Amino acid sequence: MTDAAPRFNFKGAAADAARTALVVLGLSVPIIALRTEQNMANELVLQPRWGLVAIFVAAAFAGRLLYLMLAARRAPRRTVREGSGLAARLPHNTGAIFARIGLAVLLLYPAIALLLAGQGGAVKWIDNFGVQILIYIMLGWGLNIVVGLAGLLDLGYVAFYAVGAYSTALLSKTFGLSFWLCLPLAGILAAFWGIILGFPVLRLRGDYLAIVTLAFGEIIRLVLINWVPVTNGYAGITGIARPTFFGIPFNANDNGFAAVFGLPFSPLYRLIFLFYLILALALLTNWVTLRLRRLPVGRAWEALREDEIACRALGINTTSTKLTAFAIGAGFGGFAGSFFAARQGFISPESFTFMESAVILAIVVLGGMGSQIGVAVAAVLMIGGTEILRELEWMKQIFGQGFDPTQYRMLMFGLAMVLIMIWRPRGLVSSREPSVFLSERRAVSGAHVREGHG
Amino acid sequence: MEYLLQQLINGVTLGSIYGLIAIGYTMVFGIIGMVNFAHGDVFMLSTFIALIFLLALTQIVGVPSLALALFVVLILGMVLTALWAWAIERTAYRPLRGSFRLAPLISAIGMSIFLSNFVQVTQGPRNKPSPSILGDVITLRQGETYTVAISYKQILIMVVTAVLLAAFWYVVQRTSLGRAQRACEQDRKMAALLGVDVDRTISLTFVIGAALAAVAGLMFMIYYGVVNFNDGFTPGVKAFTAAVLGGIGSLPGAVLGGLLIGLIETLWSAYFSIDYKDVASFLILAVVLIFMPSGLLGKPEVEKV
Repeated sequence: MTDAAPRFNFKGAAADAARTALVVLGLSVPIIALRTEQNMANELVLQPRWGLVAIFVAAAFAGRLLYLMLAARRAPRRTVREGSGLAARLPHNTGAIFARIGLAVLLLYPAIALLLAGQGGAVKWIDNFGVQILIYIMLGWGLNIVVGLAGLLDLGYVAFYAVGAYSTALLSKTFGLSFWLCLPLAGILAAFWGIILGFPVLRLRGDYLAIVTLAFGEIIRLVLINWVPVTNGYAGITGIARPTFFGIPFNANDNGFAAVFGLPFSPLYRLIFLFYLILALALLTNWVTLRLRRLPVGRAWEALREDEIACRALGINTTSTKLTAFAIGAGFGGFAGSFFAARQGFISPESFTFMESAVILAIVVLGGMGSQIGVAVAAVLMIGGTEILRELEWMKQIFGQGFDPTQYRMLMFGLAMVLIMIWRPRGLVSSREPSVFLSERRAVSGAHVREGHG
Repeated sequence: MEYLLQQLINGVTLGSIYGLIAIGYTMVFGIIGMVNFAHGDVFMLSTFIALIFLLALTQIVGVPSLALALFVVLILGMVLTALWAWAIERTAYRPLRGSFRLAPLISAIGMSIFLSNFVQVTQGPRNKPSPSILGDVITLRQGETYTVAISYKQILIMVVTAVLLAAFWYVVQRTSLGRAQRACEQDRKMAALLGVDVDRTISLTFVIGAALAAVAGLMFMIYYGVVNFNDGFTPGVKAFTAAVLGGIGSLPGAVLGGLLIGLIETLWSAYFSIDYKDVASFLILAVVLIFMPSGLLGKPEVEKV
């Protein structure tokens, strides 16, 4: 054997690429090649689109060939151990520095948006990006308590988000309570529901727990749809009380925020206020989680995740440990739901589908379960990334006027979930800060952390 | 009495469809212990494949006989849906085998989101009404107030389901593929040591499950006469409920569970409330998993310390 790299077998690679192209042809034959359209007589007719299929097949061939060529060039690839990536080589306080920078950016974000995009453009950047992403960061951190710390796989987290949102809506509509009263009540009610739904599933483990929580989430949504006298069904609830600034509403009236402070009226004040509100709520979630991790209950959660049987043998009450995890996670979901209801002023069951639960869980797992920074990064990447697609007007110049990038939002989202999992099964941030250590706090690889039994 | 009889007929028809989808869930769970979340969307994709081929054959090719057209649609649908499942397993699940437990689950959820949105983008978000076929009914019993009737499509669904289940049963019980599959289910490592190609067997499990889902897809399209990109989730969860009710991992259990779920759903809608029929399925799912996790025909799981 010589040291020279083996010659690239072009023929074999081309045959491989041809096979790939053939599979892609098979996959796209009916679904892409023939589009069903309704004609004037309401009958379905087929529109052939063979050109599109040809593009896909050619792209598959070229892509596979390119991939094989690149793979052959770096064939003697060093084996990558998990956790030996960037994170492990950086000094251990990188996470803390990164978090500080991130926090500073977040605090200045509305000002930056105003400076860069002006009054008109900032609305979009603060509302669609800032507030939207922060809601998901908060939900991700809330679910991280259940999934990342206690290791209980919950696929119905959106139920608690829904409980929080509907509690706020119903309390403010029926009793005329203000947002600031509804917010804690919504959190308490959601936590209460976390305990109610947590009780029956205490004995379940693994995928079964995931499926039952999914079922509960769907039951709550179906009840919201069908219990029309209370929830108004699909039509939803409108006119939910908006958050006020120490009793001063954000409107154009004489007692509104702008008038009281002698400013010209602008919808921006309300948005900036909402931004800081959700930022505060999210940071509260994070702070509480970090504190809880050092308390006995937090350590019990992590012990439960590592080994439930050992946990029980050591005399930890697994029932109350699991229930507190469910309740506290649900409570934060309820806060987020309450904020969501007050921000929108309108809620309907459409916002609380299984897809939302899947997105929140995806953010937690993609970020790296149990890593607070990872969850935030994943939320920015996934939610921000899909929101960015709304902005790609220039693509219309390439693909023609009929091209609408927003259609591809969820398509890209699903694809990104699959690709990130294949690329990094342990999530984007693969190192963990241990909560207990002997002499020095040192990040460990995420691969050493169990994923729990639940 | 007549009303009940009619509901039983409807329930068995619906149950056949659920049973066919449930087999895909139960086989995959049995062999790699994973809930294949994308299976419901593979089923939805197969309804579209069936619809497009049916339209192509009747409008473009102009096949004179409906029976021939349906047969060709069935075969093509099974093959192409199986190809999709093979490609999905190959790209999204196989690289994650042996990785930690949540990774394939998230990958499957991502695939499910991708598939439903892919069909939405390529075929449009509207409901697609399929040409109504086999709508004629045979009157079975003329009651005083209510007439019991069975339509040709219901007969077709029951017959095709029964025939394909028999063929499938033969494959699993009598062929070397079925033996390899059952071996992998019991002990994957040992099966590999004894010369079973585990990767190929797992691929084939996905392929068979998808082919049966494609049969269900064609039946669903004929029965309801409308398909939509969103139709994957709810039938998927119900079929999964059926698999759990029958005992996950058990093939006869999946069929039995499917029939039971179909009957329960139909009777619940007929006698209680049609609004809450999906709640009934989800409640059964939760109650069975909590109180009877091994289902009706499943093996009880032994907890190892």
